[in-house]
Amino acid sequence: MKFESTITQIQTDNIDTDQIIPARFLKTISKEGLGDQLFFDWRYNADGSPKPDFILNSDKAKASKVLLAGDNFGCGSSREHAPWALTQYGFQAVISTSFADIFKANSLKNRLLPLVVSREVHQQLRDALTANPDLTVNVNVETQIFAWPGGPEIQFEIDAFAKHCLLAGVDEIGYVQQHEAQIAAYEAQRFSTLNTLAN
Amino acid sequence: MPSNPRTIIQKVWDNHIVAESEAAPALLFIDMHLVHEVTSPQAFAGLRQRGIKVRRPDLTFATVDHSTPTTPRNLPILDPIAATQVAQMETNAQEFGIPYFGFQNRDQGICHVIGPENGLTQPGMTLVCGDSHTATHGAFGALAFGIGTSEVEMVLATQCLLQKQSKSYEVRVDGTLKNGVTAKDIILALCAKIGIGGGTGCVFEFTGSAIRALSMEERMTVCNMSIEAGARAGLIAPDEKTYEYLAGRRFVPKGEKWDEAVAHWKTLPTDEGATYDHSVTIDADTLEPMITFGTNPGMGIAITGTVPDPANIADPLERESLRKALAYMALEAGKPLAGQKIDVVFIGSCTNSRLSDLRSAASVLKGRKVNSAVRVLVVPGSQEIKRQAEAEGLHDVFRAAGAEWREAGCSMCIAMNGDQLSPGQYSVSTSNRNFEGRQGKGGRTFLASPLTAAASAVMGVVTDVRTML
Repeated sequence: MKFESTITQIQTDNIDTDQIIPARFLKTISKEGLGDQLFFDWRYNADGSPKPDFILNSDKAKASKVLLAGDNFGCGSSREHAPWALTQYGFQAVISTSFADIFKANSLKNRLLPLVVSREVHQQLRDALTANPDLTVNVNVETQIFAWPGGPEIQFEIDAFAKHCLLAGVDEIGYVQQHEAQIAAYEAQRFSTLNTLAN
Repeated sequence: MPSNPRTIIQKVWDNHIVAESEAAPALLFIDMHLVHEVTSPQAFAGLRQRGIKVRRPDLTFATVDHSTPTTPRNLPILDPIAATQVAQMETNAQEFGIPYFGFQNRDQGICHVIGPENGLTQPGMTLVCGDSHTATHGAFGALAFGIGTSEVEMVLATQCLLQKQSKSYEVRVDGTLKNGVTAKDIILALCAKIGIGGGTGCVFEFTGSAIRALSMEERMTVCNMSIEAGARAGLIAPDEKTYEYLAGRRFVPKGEKWDEAVAHWKTLPTDEGATYDHSVTIDADTLEPMITFGTNPGMGIAITGTVPDPANIADPLERESLRKALAYMALEAGKPLAGQKIDVVFIGSCTNSRLSDLRSAASVLKGRKVNSAVRVLVVPGSQEIKRQAEAEGLHDVFRAAGAEWREAGCSMCIAMNGDQLSPGQYSVSTSNRNFEGRQGKGGRTFLASPLTAAASAVMGVVTDVRTML
């Protein structure tokens, strides 16, 4: 998994999942069609027309695979509709100085890379973008390297198992099902000694 | 002192390890899985695609709460998309054999209210739900946390999760709360102190004399908003209050099995000498009623305080965030929030919709009238709470004051069901999130306790309840 892309920047700290996709769109029973609802209330006017000055409505953003956001991205609700909407829009990575726990877990299960950088690197990247808004970055999950022309080569962290799943396309449920014997053994031992549910 | 002292967080974790390996996160067994209509349909669809069943329907429990109207139950669900989602939950519960409190069930309610109410939530459990406020159940000494839909499917399929252990974070609250200061003010004060991302990567354990003094319902309010301070879970070690609350509830064991369960639960509290990765202290004696002014729950102040000024913030990104929040809220820096005119008061949500919350709000509203410019919604957390409240006449107090008394559900906390603010309106809300548009597009939310909400409802402006006690 590696890609080169321009960067779409939404420079706000603590972007919560209610902004990423408002709750009223969670009444769907499908995973599809959420890309148009990404950042809906920041992106569209009351009459439904796109706000021309909001970054996600630009052609450049629509072709971009990397979102650069402020600290603590994805806080709030556990809705997996957030990474679904981000990937359906076209993003493959979000760069921030930190991610909320549930959002991070949900992203990795949807081939969306939560790429954590230090405050210094975050600042360097923003400065580089100010100098050249068309800057492209390279992201390589296998080598865990992220870089841009004229910038530093950044080694980023990713959990080894999550990386393996991303690269090999592992079905995590299938993986856990292979532990059936251990799960059954755990249940046998646990529920023979203690069953606190009176069903 | 044990040779290897452990926190309750560590003990519950250790008790649920099915498998550990170098190559993958730990495989953690899940004791109870609560399911609701919003975050589960795609997970059930996944099971159908795989052609598999729910592995442990006996450890799974479903209800509908988010998309459901709070109008009288004999009325249909008017929103066709919501109606489809609710019907899909019913179909999924039936097809997969999951116990279910449906829309018309007399025991329907918010999943984080009905779990404890029915004894599905117990000390020492691992409990998950596709909802970030699952932390609520930590009040019983359970390791309870929110998960996404992929993980909902994982638990339905295997009753396990692949998990990396979080860090431990002690939140110690000593002292005595003053009159007019509540459990909600403790947790809002924590959010203000460490910020909305302060607990990221951690599980809180709430300790200290002020926590011990709280009732089980108040403990649920505190644990509920752990996620608003960034932690995926927050828990409180069980004690006699916990056992007293649980005894006799529908799904707890009875007789000898109850004694065995209590004996096990008594092994859970943190050992003397155990250490935490992080810690913070809050002095209950100095706490005042808290209220949020901004667009995340960490943006809170004492009700006597003033709205902070972005000009005083050194970090440019933080300054910009505050400036943006104040612009959305249309508030002026440096001014007190008390006295700010409001349009709506919402009393409800998995944070503050239990019987004691309703009693607390009613104690202020009794014999008073809601300001004529304010709409007040009172939404009990479950149909059982609604019945209990009605049995003691609370509904009459609310109605006589001019408030709406509605059916159970998440309602205006998440505004998916038609209960919502109009653009530009201000609310004082007992719920947990004040994000932009959370209670309706363009709506502006001040989070506070049921006491503060009721006082503000009467005065028509943000009010320090202590002036009315």
